[in-house]
Amino acid sequence: MEATATQAAGPGDPAQAARRRWMSVLAKAQLTELEGAWEQLPEKPDYAWLRAPEVGMVMVRARSGGTGGQFNLGQMTVTRCALRLGSGAAGLGYVQGRSKRHAELAAVFDALMQDEERRPDLEDGVIGPLEEAQGQRRGTRSRKANATKVNFFTLVRGENA
Amino acid sequence: MYVAVKGGEEAILNSHKLIAEERRGDPAVPELTLTQIKEQMQIAVDRVMTEGSLYDRDLAALAIKQAQGDLVEAIFLLRAYRTTLTRFGETLPIDTAKMAVRRRISAAYKDLPGGQVLGPSYDYTHRLLDFALAAEEGAGEPQAEEAAETVAEAMPRVTEILNHEGLIEEEIALNDEEPVADLTREPMEFPADRDMRLQNLARGDEGFLLALGYSTQRGFGGNHPFAGEIRLGEVAVEFAPEELGFAIEIGEITVSECQMINQFAGSAERPPQFTRGYGLAFGHCERKTMAMALVDRALRARELDEVIEYPAQDEEFVLYHSDNVEASGFVQHLKLPHYVDFQSELQLIRSLRRRHTEETLEAAE
Repeated sequence: MEATATQAAGPGDPAQAARRRWMSVLAKAQLTELEGAWEQLPEKPDYAWLRAPEVGMVMVRARSGGTGGQFNLGQMTVTRCALRLGSGAAGLGYVQGRSKRHAELAAVFDALMQDEERRPDLEDGVIGPLEEAQGQRRGTRSRKANATKVNFFTLVRGENA
Repeated sequence: MYVAVKGGEEAILNSHKLIAEERRGDPAVPELTLTQIKEQMQIAVDRVMTEGSLYDRDLAALAIKQAQGDLVEAIFLLRAYRTTLTRFGETLPIDTAKMAVRRRISAAYKDLPGGQVLGPSYDYTHRLLDFALAAEEGAGEPQAEEAAETVAEAMPRVTEILNHEGLIEEEIALNDEEPVADLTREPMEFPADRDMRLQNLARGDEGFLLALGYSTQRGFGGNHPFAGEIRLGEVAVEFAPEELGFAIEIGEITVSECQMINQFAGSAERPPQFTRGYGLAFGHCERKTMAMALVDRALRARELDEVIEYPAQDEEFVLYHSDNVEASGFVQHLKLPHYVDFQSELQLIRSLRRRHTEETLEAAE
């Protein structure tokens, strides 16, 4: 696998943090959303596989008591791929589940986002809206949960009531 | 001695056809779709993912359909499928403190920061059959209430509240560089450390763990548990692909978590304090995580210098019998032809009976 611009960067590096964010947003997006974003791309890039989509799994780790020593909780299906655009940028897709198309589109947008000229438009047109949609889904779930929060009240009895 | 017996191919083929027809049921009834199973049999799907030890809702739904709803069979199918997949590596440990909480309750503290959030639960239902669901038109589209605000961002763990006073043992990551036991790659070894035990329990049979957990409550290794905290929600899964060199979120999984708080009178090395048992599982598996937490605590007897005298405290007993794929396989292998074994048993019992008769006759003379 060839190096990408951000690979050499250390933790805390803004370029790495930026790529980490968009790759995470792309992985958690729904396939229909990504297909929609692909459809709306004004110019669709050509690309060649560095690694064709492959379905596999990762072992999900957890910690005893939430904070203690690690243990293996169980595995999870993951699909990965890597590709290179005609422009030379390499994109990587690692997404939960078994959708090869999801991994492919995640990798395409990852590669496109590395082009600093295209990035602002893609941020406004793709990554930003995807992130917002994820936030909204999370918000709805959370508000529904919050409607089930218990409001305890105490019946005050006795002379000083 | 092993003697190969041929024959039965056609019978087996026809048995496959018969089970396929039975699985389909009355063809006048619309066939179940995987989406229906995934959406409307979610807790069955979650159990299959947890004990099948593979988080994939679609595959679990397929396994349930294929097994006609026999969840232990479905778990077996998922485990078998897993062996066909390449493993890309291990994730970073999931952080349940950062969970997007949908349910969070504590039986130990009433007023805890973040509050008691009941979430989706059958606990507060009357367990009366709801004939509205049996109606021809179905359940319709029930709408949940939505609060104006989301749940509190900060939901400290109950165990952390107790930590402040030093009243509970701390769970500290002592060495993240140490290799983590992995039952998918190495056999069980005894004495088993907590990493191996927790992996075993996480994919262990819910019924077995439920019964063992129950046995501890009834006095067979009791340690006076409180459900310190139970959580349900979504956590991000972070993975660091080697070609990238840093971690990215590759998805989100639903997990259930139970922190059990237990009494502990102290030992030569430790002051009296609360001790902990931990339960964690894929999806919405609350009963499983509670049972797991009880058994996890019971299995810590050795480490806490407690006398090991009951089944739930005996790690070989628990860990060797918790896996329903292995258990089901060994119990059900009894159905396989044992004709030759049985013939030799027959001969043996006949000769023993002959000798018995001869000896009885001799004694009578």
